[in-house]
Amino acid sequence: MDKGLSLRDVTIYKGKSPLIRVHHDVAPGEVLTIMGPSGVGKSTLLAFVTGTLAADFSATGAVWLDGQDITHAAAHQRRVGILFQDDLLFPHLSVGANLAFGLPPGGTRADRQARIDGALAEVGLDGFATRDPATLSGGQKARVALMRMLLSDPCALLLDEPFSRLDAALRAQVREMVFDRARSRALPVLMVTHDAEDAQAAGGAIITLGDDCGSRTTDASRSHQ
Amino acid sequence: MKHLAVLAALLAPLPALADVDPADWDAVTAQAEGQIVYWNAWGGSTTTNDFIAWVGSRVAEDYGVTLEHVKLTDTADAVTRVLSEKQAGQDDGGAIDMIWINGPNFAAMKEAELLFGPYAEQLPNWALVDFENKSVQTDFTVPVEGFESPWAMAQVVFVHDTARMPDRLGSMDALLDWAQANPGRFSYPQPPDFLGTTFLKQVLIDILPDPSVLAEPATDANYEAVTEPLWAYLDALTPHLWREGRAYPATGTAMFPLIADGELDLSISFSPGAASTAIANNELPDTMRTFVLDKGTIGNASFVAIPYNSSAKAGAMVVANFLMSAEAQARAQDPAILGYGTVLAMDKLVEDDRALFDALDLGIATLTPAELGTVQAEPHPSWMTRISDDWVARYGVAQ
Amino acid sequence: MSRRRLLPLLPALTLLALLGPVAAGLWGTVLPAFGHLPAAGLTGPSLEPFRDLFGWAGLPRAVMLSVGTGVLATVISLSIVMLVTAGWSGTRPFCVLERLLSPLLAVPHAAAAFGLAFLIAPSGWLARLASPGLTGWDRPPDLLIVQDSWGLAMTAGLIVKEVPFLLLITLAALGQADAQRSVRVAQALGYGRVTGWLKTVFPRVYAQIRPPVYVVLAYAMSVVDVAVILGPNTPPSLSVQIVTLMSDPDLSMRLEAAAAALLQLALVVGALMVWRFGEVVVAALGRRWVASGGRGKADTAVAGLALAAGTVSALAVFLGLIVMAIWSFAGFWGFPDALPDTMTLANWARFGSGTLEALGETALIAVVVAMVALVLTIGCLEAEYRHNIRVSQRAVWLLYLPLLIPQTAFLPGLQTLMLNLGADIGRGPVMLAHLVFVLPYVFLSLADPFRAWDARMGVIAAALRASPDRILWRVRLPMLLRPILTALAVGLAVSVGQYLATLLIGGGRVATLTTEAVALASGADRRAIGVYGLMQTGAALVPFTLALLIPALVWRNRKGLRHG
Repeated sequence: MDKGLSLRDVTIYKGKSPLIRVHHDVAPGEVLTIMGPSGVGKSTLLAFVTGTLAADFSATGAVWLDGQDITHAAAHQRRVGILFQDDLLFPHLSVGANLAFGLPPGGTRADRQARIDGALAEVGLDGFATRDPATLSGGQKARVALMRMLLSDPCALLLDEPFSRLDAALRAQVREMVFDRARSRALPVLMVTHDAEDAQAAGGAIITLGDDCGSRTTDASRSHQ
Repeated sequence: MKHLAVLAALLAPLPALADVDPADWDAVTAQAEGQIVYWNAWGGSTTTNDFIAWVGSRVAEDYGVTLEHVKLTDTADAVTRVLSEKQAGQDDGGAIDMIWINGPNFAAMKEAELLFGPYAEQLPNWALVDFENKSVQTDFTVPVEGFESPWAMAQVVFVHDTARMPDRLGSMDALLDWAQANPGRFSYPQPPDFLGTTFLKQVLIDILPDPSVLAEPATDANYEAVTEPLWAYLDALTPHLWREGRAYPATGTAMFPLIADGELDLSISFSPGAASTAIANNELPDTMRTFVLDKGTIGNASFVAIPYNSSAKAGAMVVANFLMSAEAQARAQDPAILGYGTVLAMDKLVEDDRALFDALDLGIATLTPAELGTVQAEPHPSWMTRISDDWVARYGVAQ
Repeated sequence: MSRRRLLPLLPALTLLALLGPVAAGLWGTVLPAFGHLPAAGLTGPSLEPFRDLFGWAGLPRAVMLSVGTGVLATVISLSIVMLVTAGWSGTRPFCVLERLLSPLLAVPHAAAAFGLAFLIAPSGWLARLASPGLTGWDRPPDLLIVQDSWGLAMTAGLIVKEVPFLLLITLAALGQADAQRSVRVAQALGYGRVTGWLKTVFPRVYAQIRPPVYVVLAYAMSVVDVAVILGPNTPPSLSVQIVTLMSDPDLSMRLEAAAAALLQLALVVGALMVWRFGEVVVAALGRRWVASGGRGKADTAVAGLALAAGTVSALAVFLGLIVMAIWSFAGFWGFPDALPDTMTLANWARFGSGTLEALGETALIAVVVAMVALVLTIGCLEAEYRHNIRVSQRAVWLLYLPLLIPQTAFLPGLQTLMLNLGADIGRGPVMLAHLVFVLPYVFLSLADPFRAWDARMGVIAAALRASPDRILWRVRLPMLLRPILTALAVGLAVSVGQYLATLLIGGGRVATLTTEAVALASGADRRAIGVYGLMQTGAALVPFTLALLIPALVWRNRKGLRHG
């Protein structure tokens, strides 16, 4: 498959014992949700995809993105965007500078400023560019983090328990915004969560991981070719 | 292997600059200009440090020589340094250009051929030096032979606070009696400090019926018998010393604050003018006076020497010569500055220079040359070394 | 490309800078200790140097002094810190004490020792304040307080400096020990505060702070400058004797010095082993104590005593600095006047230019050394991060190694070695020698905050297509500005305080504020010591102040970094 994110026979090991095995394609605009209790290695899978696997772990298999094998590419050259449960805005940069950090280099200053202002306006944060991120509310931070990621023009989106810190009312709203943006940009999305509601809202395939390191795919229509 | 080393030494390029001839003074001053002279001198006395800084400003002005004072806690540090440089084969470009030195350190360096010279008697200002009457051509009975040049005369004086101890003492026996009657009020710097060992020698010279034996090197045959009275004296004195002899001041100047605070009533100094200088600097009360013993006290000269591997011998000679100038000597003798005795002969000076000395107010605590009385010669250095070692073994380790 | 190749080399380079001089110095000590000094025409092997050393009548006392003061200072400062933390951490008095003690970390040992001497000597400020009213003394009592034969003054001088060090180390360890919840559980079970802390938290905290405790022990056993100022001279401690022997014009003394240096090394290694054994014994006793279930009846008294001891220790340094300041402005100041007759600027006018010159030298050396140490440290930590290197406990011990080997054991040998290389002149070698001592502290100070940095920030930044270099420069370093400046300040303070390394390796030509101040000790001119001591303290304290002020200023509009 040309477009989309493809995990091919990916197995993550801790030491010598396998933690997770996944073999799955995620088409543009689709969401693959990985569910399971904490400690089962969900986030480790994402680390493998972003190229930031910790020293304790090893992996076999390959990751393909838009027809290219990125398994061994440098983290910053993979064009895989990620959102964590914490907003992780850079505390030393203003909101605008955080967005500028995501924006690829090039263009005039006015162009770049316009794109930043546009991105803020898109999520209802007009005029927030000069604000200190620490002064924003949880929902505002989540929106800035999302736009910062999208401005970097990723080809896939990873979500690591992205909504678990938000309260119930905000949660649905932010979730919808993230999935909308991903769909409209035709990004393949890989989400790990332990929250069934998130998984349902994602609407795609769900892989549930248990303690026996096996996996059970709820919606197997597109996996296991 | 040895032959190879000799060969290598022969093949090694000669130093670019041959040593300047001290007798050719114009050549000396020409080469000195722009040189940096590292003078390694004891740095524990702030008055001396100030004086050296002044010398530096003067030689910079007149000769374009930059003087850097390397402040030592112990002159032996400098000797060690030259020695290790020689061991490392660093025969030129050494770290030290001039050392304030005398006594055993000089004897050791001269014997090990670590000194440049002879140069002292070729310096222009040597003509002004009173070498006929002052002991500037022997240093602790070791012939100087021009390997060091004198710049100050020192003589042992006792410093007492007349507010608490009105009367002078005439002999070391009187000192012992007084100390026993006034426990804890006297101390001397801890040997092997220079002044401390001088005190030991002074005791020995004063209590020996015939001290002439000390002019010859100490021998295994006579050492114990000659020094036996000294140890008896110290055994009697020590329990009555400051801190019962369980601690000693590190140096002569370290005793000044003890006198100022009233811990000590009596101490010794190797500089007849030091007490007056300390009064001028607020370091001592103005009730201080000095005295010498009836039979006289030990005197010697302070010298500067130039290491054989100095990188600025010409500059160092310029400084050494300046130290013997009437200007520097008169300033050193000023009790408000240093209070050191001069090495110059007044009758060799031109009238204007003599006037510099005549104008000095030697200070209330300084004795006149006549009052300083007989200057006793230093014993041979072998006595000092052995006495100092013995002192350390007897009193320096076991209290 | 070249940068990418340089980074993996940095850890090796750091290790070389850290251990190279130590290994070379030890080698340079071992040879002459066994009579081998070919440059002087002496060839070994021979046991003569050791025979000379053991023939010295002062050796038993010198050894006892080194071991006694070192162990005593370590035990007392560790006890104070542990008990104060046990009894008070998280309370208001603890915060006050912590604030009092933190800046004291920067005060150079020599300055603290001078201050203490000015305070507790029979003619010191305490005696002046109490006399003649309380004591009836109109002249100082003839008491052997400073330079006492037992080395108690010297021990006190070490304690007042090691308490702040151990306290800050302990505070860092507490964060990882989950202390507060443990104590709360223990208190809920009816344990007193101190007993509860000692039984539940202490084992974890001690495991964390063990290397710095060993450093304190090794340092205290081999210190030179504090011993010169506060220690006895009849005989002096072994370290001072080594320095004395090193500077003797008689060459055979150098061999004896090398032998003494090896003995010093053996003593420190032996003491560390005994201490390790003591840990096992204390652990066994502690387990029995825990099993006994005692709830701690004396807790309140113990906590009060510890807090008092900690406060006295902090006050001693502060009052010492104050009396040093007074002396620097004093005209004639007789005993028992509480203050000088007159205050004058004359002392500063007299010594000011000298101190400025020394300050220039001090600052130049300190800035270069601290910057190099910082670059190496950041390089190592970044290499560790990028290449996913796991740092073992053994590697951490390597970092502590130069601090565990007594300075007097390897610096003399290093001097001989540098001399042989013809590299002995000037400040370059001094900087290399300083680096040996500065690097570990800079590394230890920065490593925790650097590693504690949320690595997800790096993942995010990489996902935003930032290269590793861009992440380092634009995200990681700016976010770590405060710990980086603090590490830099620690490095500067350590360099400013170096005495033996400057003295021996600089060959007397490199005059820093510390060497100048300690050189003044023998002359005992209190006004000069006051001026130099204050300048020395200032040189170490100002960088810390800047390390606090600069981030506060730069990040004044960034709430997220204000407490991080």
